[in-house]
Amino acid sequence: MTSLDSVLEKCRAEHRAALIAYIPAGFPSRQGCLKVIQTLADAGVDAIEIGFPYSDPVMDGPVIQEAADISLKGGTGATEVFEALKAASETGTASVVMTYWNPIERYGVEKFAASIADNGGAGVITPDLTIEESETWLAATKANSINPIYVVAPSTKDARLTRVTSMTGGFVYAASSMGVTGTRESVSIDAKDLVSRIRKVSDLPVCVGLGVSTREQAKSLAAYADGVIVGSAFIKLLLNAKDEQAGLLAVSQLAKELALGVREGR
Amino acid sequence: MGEEDTRRQSLNVARMKLLGAEVVAVTSGSKTLKDAINEAMRDWVTNVHDTHYMLGTVAGPHPFPTMVRDFHKVIGEESREQMLEITGRLPDAVLACVGGGSNAIGIFNAFIPDANVRLIGLEAGGDGVETGRHAATITGGTPGVLHGTRSYVLQDKNGQTVESHSISAGLDYPGVGPEHAYLHDVGRAEYRAINDDAAMNAFALLSKTEGIIPAIETAHALAGALIIGNELGPKANLLINLSGRGDKDVQTAAQYFGIPL
Repeated sequence: MTSLDSVLEKCRAEHRAALIAYIPAGFPSRQGCLKVIQTLADAGVDAIEIGFPYSDPVMDGPVIQEAADISLKGGTGATEVFEALKAASETGTASVVMTYWNPIERYGVEKFAASIADNGGAGVITPDLTIEESETWLAATKANSINPIYVVAPSTKDARLTRVTSMTGGFVYAASSMGVTGTRESVSIDAKDLVSRIRKVSDLPVCVGLGVSTREQAKSLAAYADGVIVGSAFIKLLLNAKDEQAGLLAVSQLAKELALGVREGR
Repeated sequence: MGEEDTRRQSLNVARMKLLGAEVVAVTSGSKTLKDAINEAMRDWVTNVHDTHYMLGTVAGPHPFPTMVRDFHKVIGEESREQMLEITGRLPDAVLACVGGGSNAIGIFNAFIPDANVRLIGLEAGGDGVETGRHAATITGGTPGVLHGTRSYVLQDKNGQTVESHSISAGLDYPGVGPEHAYLHDVGRAEYRAINDDAAMNAFALLSKTEGIIPAIETAHALAGALIIGNELGPKANLLINLSGRGDKDVQTAAQYFGIPL
């Protein structure tokens, strides 16, 4: 059982959803990222996703693209990703890495899974890895006792949901709507339908991401999801902040609001 | 289309607009083909219910490399037939430029079973592969995953895609179709890099000697033919895929040769 499994189990016992925050390693800077992680943990976030910034983030909207650009220009690589992961796990929150596949392959599949475990990570979210190409990855995650987390979308047909969730560990990442990451005015009704379709084929916790930025949205998702994932909303605050201190304060305030939201849904 | 390419290919943009298309300039990343593909994929996943995704080259996720190859393969089938008809034998070598590799796979495909026919892909060497400023993915890249396909990629030690460089917009791509990677790895096809200058020399040569202004992409294949022709001697038959016209490139060529416009 990973620390992520335990956190999600604890939230389930408390009849609430988990709050999961995403931050790219090396953003807003190498040191700044470590401060954001501590701020998120202090504000009551249950789990942290460390993003591995990538040159071609096709699942991401303009906000995360900009953060990835800034991070990559600052020289972020695997070292900084694992450093941030270690910092996140040391705060006591469950921590995972979210990354496109190519950086894993380049680093070495076995070695990557081992480094996740060595730095206290509970799992890895791989948005562009298909289950058909997952054999070595699944073996590596199993050998290192970490969760392989896959993303499903409203377009995922039931038969495929069964197959994808059968290979998933930790939680099923449900994309709330068709599209890229980024804040949205409202979270699509597709999310509710998708979650109920996943429930029919899997007992795993289901966490919903894409588009969440407010306490109200967190609350409405918490009514039926096991976790709420927020990324772009935090990053936007950091991009717009006049200085680092202001950014951290804004992140803290939003995280606290969202932490209330995930406790209000049921 | 990448913003940089809307400038380099402004005549093609004007043509598309005349035909009623809406052309969106992509301003993210390197502002070339790679980023245009990223944006097309983002738009597609958002609007997948009512939108088809199409890619002009043999890259991207399955089944696009196969589909695009099949749309292009007629050129190989017809030219193979015509070579037999006109010369009485198969060519000694088939040459084509390779960016993503669509025209090349199109002409290679029919000749793959003909073991004695050399298949030669000419990649964009830019300022020279040794300078790092090039788009010769097979010659100078390493295996990786880009745009949903596993092939050769120009990348750094962290798996980040490195920007490609070429005078030719159509070859300026840091990936290459996976079937080319396969043909290279099994030794069926060979790939060489042609620098910008060599391509432009071949561009000028065909223009002056044949009255045909080739696309700058195609000029890479022509430059390759000059080298291979010298290697194989006067009795060899070379089949070159003259994949594009250079009308769209007149501005770039004029600039390169210092012809005032």
